[in-house]
Amino acid sequence: MGLFIAQLLTGLANAAALFLVASGLSLIFGVTRIVNFAHGSFYMLGAFIGYSLMQVLPGAVGFWSSILLAGLAVGFIGVIVELLVLRPVYKAPELFQLVATFGVILVIQDLALMIWGAEDVLGPRAPGLKGVIRIMDEPVPKFDLALIAITPFVLFALWYLISKTRVGVLVRAATQDREMVGALGVNQSWLFTGVFFLGAALAGLGGAIQLPKGGADLLMDFNILASIFVVVVIGGMGSLPGAYIAAVLISVLNVFGVAYIPQSTLVLMFVVMAVVLTVRPYGLLGREEVAGEHGQVGEPEQPIKPAGRSARILVLVFLIALACLPFVAEPFFTILATDVIVFCLFAASLHFILGLGGLVSFGHAAYFGGGAYVAALLVNYADAPMELAFLMAPIGAGLLAAIIGWLCLRLSGVYFAMLTLALAQLVWSLVFQWDEFTGGDDGLVDIWPPDYLSDTTVYFYFTMVVGIGGIILLRHMAHTPFGYALRASRDSVRQAEATGIHTKRIQWLAFSVAGALAGLAGALFVFSKGSVFPVELEIAKSFDGLIVVFLGGVKTLSGGVVGAAALTLVQDYITRFEYWRLALGLLIIVVVIIAPKGIVGSFRALFENRLGSAGDKPTGGTQ
Amino acid sequence: MRVTRRGLLTGAMAALTLSAGSAMAEDTIKIGEINHYKRMAAFAGPYKLGIELALEEVNTAGGVLGKPLEFIFRDDQGKPGEAVKIAEELMTREGTVMLTGTILSNIGLAISSLAAEKGYVYLASEPLADSIVWEKGNEYTFRLRASTYMQAAMLAEEASKTDAKTFATIAPNYAYGKDAVAAFKKALTALKPDVEFVTEQWPALFKIDAGAEVQAIERAKPDAIYNVTFGGDLAKFVREGTTRGLFDGRQVYGLLTGEPEYLDPLKDEAPEGWTVTGYPWYDFSEGGSNKAFVDAYITEYGERPGIGSLVGYMTVQSIAAAITRAGATDADSLIAGFKGLDVETPVGKIHFREQDHQATMGAFVGTTTVKDGVGVMEDWLYKDGADYLPSDEEVAKLRPSK
Repeated sequence: MGLFIAQLLTGLANAAALFLVASGLSLIFGVTRIVNFAHGSFYMLGAFIGYSLMQVLPGAVGFWSSILLAGLAVGFIGVIVELLVLRPVYKAPELFQLVATFGVILVIQDLALMIWGAEDVLGPRAPGLKGVIRIMDEPVPKFDLALIAITPFVLFALWYLISKTRVGVLVRAATQDREMVGALGVNQSWLFTGVFFLGAALAGLGGAIQLPKGGADLLMDFNILASIFVVVVIGGMGSLPGAYIAAVLISVLNVFGVAYIPQSTLVLMFVVMAVVLTVRPYGLLGREEVAGEHGQVGEPEQPIKPAGRSARILVLVFLIALACLPFVAEPFFTILATDVIVFCLFAASLHFILGLGGLVSFGHAAYFGGGAYVAALLVNYADAPMELAFLMAPIGAGLLAAIIGWLCLRLSGVYFAMLTLALAQLVWSLVFQWDEFTGGDDGLVDIWPPDYLSDTTVYFYFTMVVGIGGIILLRHMAHTPFGYALRASRDSVRQAEATGIHTKRIQWLAFSVAGALAGLAGALFVFSKGSVFPVELEIAKSFDGLIVVFLGGVKTLSGGVVGAAALTLVQDYITRFEYWRLALGLLIIVVVIIAPKGIVGSFRALFENRLGSAGDKPTGGTQ
Repeated sequence: MRVTRRGLLTGAMAALTLSAGSAMAEDTIKIGEINHYKRMAAFAGPYKLGIELALEEVNTAGGVLGKPLEFIFRDDQGKPGEAVKIAEELMTREGTVMLTGTILSNIGLAISSLAAEKGYVYLASEPLADSIVWEKGNEYTFRLRASTYMQAAMLAEEASKTDAKTFATIAPNYAYGKDAVAAFKKALTALKPDVEFVTEQWPALFKIDAGAEVQAIERAKPDAIYNVTFGGDLAKFVREGTTRGLFDGRQVYGLLTGEPEYLDPLKDEAPEGWTVTGYPWYDFSEGGSNKAFVDAYITEYGERPGIGSLVGYMTVQSIAAAITRAGATDADSLIAGFKGLDVETPVGKIHFREQDHQATMGAFVGTTTVKDGVGVMEDWLYKDGADYLPSDEEVAKLRPSK
């Protein structure tokens, strides 16, 4: 009994930092609709700044004021980020901002490395709270009790702010209908800035307050990201009490998981999330998303049309030039081009469901890695020839996508995205944990193509045929009735249903097709690298895909491919420099700000503007 | 639309010609060094400094085969796929004669597989996974550092000397952690068949829930604890464990815990009385080769060396010796140069075994204590790696047939 209570208290104490950080994310999302990937970076900054302050400020007063000051400082950093990076892109397509926040992550990572150095720092202990108290003979650290006591106060203060003050009324109003709030004369942009301050400050506070239980290191930004997303989603996006309940639920279950099923540490959180979302699709205390919020924001998309004659000729010329690459360039460039094509196919498959289907998947790496693993497992255990592995990889990945799609498609918007993330993490942890079969973290190696394809030039041509064939297939599908039905389902479910389109079935099919082609990219990948590891299934890989699709232009047909090619080439060049993350982060932010429609979209807009002004008369003539 | 595509095309072409411009100058012998300089900065930084120190010494002494030795450092972002691409670039474009580097085992395995496929020589300097030289071993891959198995066996030997009967283990939930626990269990059970492992804890790497782990171990009431956690996980585990009295009256064995990279961040809260493998750079006696290396390093950089610094330094020494012995830089000569190579290093003479390409670099085993506000190792002993490897028959069974 004593142990049980002690374990419960450990869970409650662990929930404190998690709740603080997650509540900030939830607030920011609720009001600004920004999925802030950089929230983990704010948490890390809070820890480092808090640590530095504690070195200067002495005693218990110094300790607690350091935590508060760290929160404030991070809040102001949040304001800077909001003003400089996010404000210029609020009008961009929904979720485009997440690309900008990804740039912020990279910048903060390198800045933190410059300022605080590479070595982990251990947080100081809380003065006066160093020991333990014995509860029913079980030791409970005093600081844990302090954390358990503080959290409800923070929750109450936030609740008071949101429910009882004028600012809170405005925030809640903005959460429900921000256009209406704007129409009533409230200065929205300052409201957004204010919320960003509060959200970032909470993250910073969370980072600083966990110092006595750990410290600060350069990996903590990504390490907390998945858990806070899970907490926010389980609690219900935008709900503070929900975030608290979810943080407690996750933390307490984790403590018992550690004690009774020690191997569960990787999956537990995602299993809980998948279960909660299956039973309550909008989280414990969340409300159903307001329709239209995640649909088409901004100007309506232009109808797509098949590429014109001149465009086709240009693409053909480009492909012929690409085919000549092995003859004119050094061998390394064929290897680089192989990588680019593989990533382009992966991005194109994500773009297919994201751009045409409006289905934002945060877990697309599951199908890329899934395909790679299907191929690698077949070769490893069944000694399958490469040809068979290549056939089975897209089928396996497609089946996986069909299963995950079937589970996720009952949700929409951000909840859909989060459930795809959770299930992709489940697949990742299965591969990671089941090392007897999948090799775990050490992966599967020695997966090479047969002799006739083993030459890098030959494999490059093979990749060209398969990869570009896949991309053209996806593009072709956009112009088939299936593609039209898919876009109809994205733009208006009701109208699409009324015209006899079974929208869910269309989306499910599209999701599976996209998964299959991502799996094909995975197969190309595994035979070009000779090995596959769980990193190919990781969240970071999914994010890479999202970023290139948005950077390229989500509302253009070629956006995914162009974005993927551009980012791979830039990254290959830029990683040669010492502070490449800073440079890449800044570059991403600049592209986001000057080209909010993505690379292709902005070029097109530029081109059409010119054409518009030069060609006024001809268009006028048709009237 | 036309403008767009043409613009992109010219841009791409310009990029290609630009990067193709750097032609190779044939007056140095180049080595490709791939590492996770950003992802594992705390470890890779000192490693790189160790390499540069040794390079300076080798080149002052006239280089190898009459040419200066040069390292080309590349960051792989911690991604195996990236590392494979970079390895290809180094070998086909930069004109490197062989590859070295990596800390993470999975990336070491990816490069080793590429090395066998393409016929490149690869010296795995830091990755610890046993499979690099055993189950997945190949003709082209060599490994310098004492592997997981070797270091675990050293600790198991120490653990077998006490009367502890029940053990708890805690290790990060990934390949290295699992290997380290399996190796320790195997070695300890062989030495002392009546030991019992009462609980195995598997926190997620760098996401440890230290309070819960400590409670779970306490619940099992073991006589001794075997720790494999490191980095931030170790710091949290030590703090929670100390606060809750987990280590009181228990013997603790810590793999890599004594390495300055992991011990220093703990400052005066470093655990006391743990038996660990590590690197006691502060405690070498005058006149020895260990001391000479430490002094040279501190003079050059003004900071303490880590175990990474030593490995980096020995990497260059091994490569220089292998090239000199080979007399040429083609793959076959290099392989012959490495096989059975003896190298004089700060820790003494090491030997690259012919049967599995593993070097006999050992490890320092000692007891932790806190001195002047930092954790240090005392009563340490350098254990030669050659004594902690399985028999030749066992190794032959582990390695795939050619």
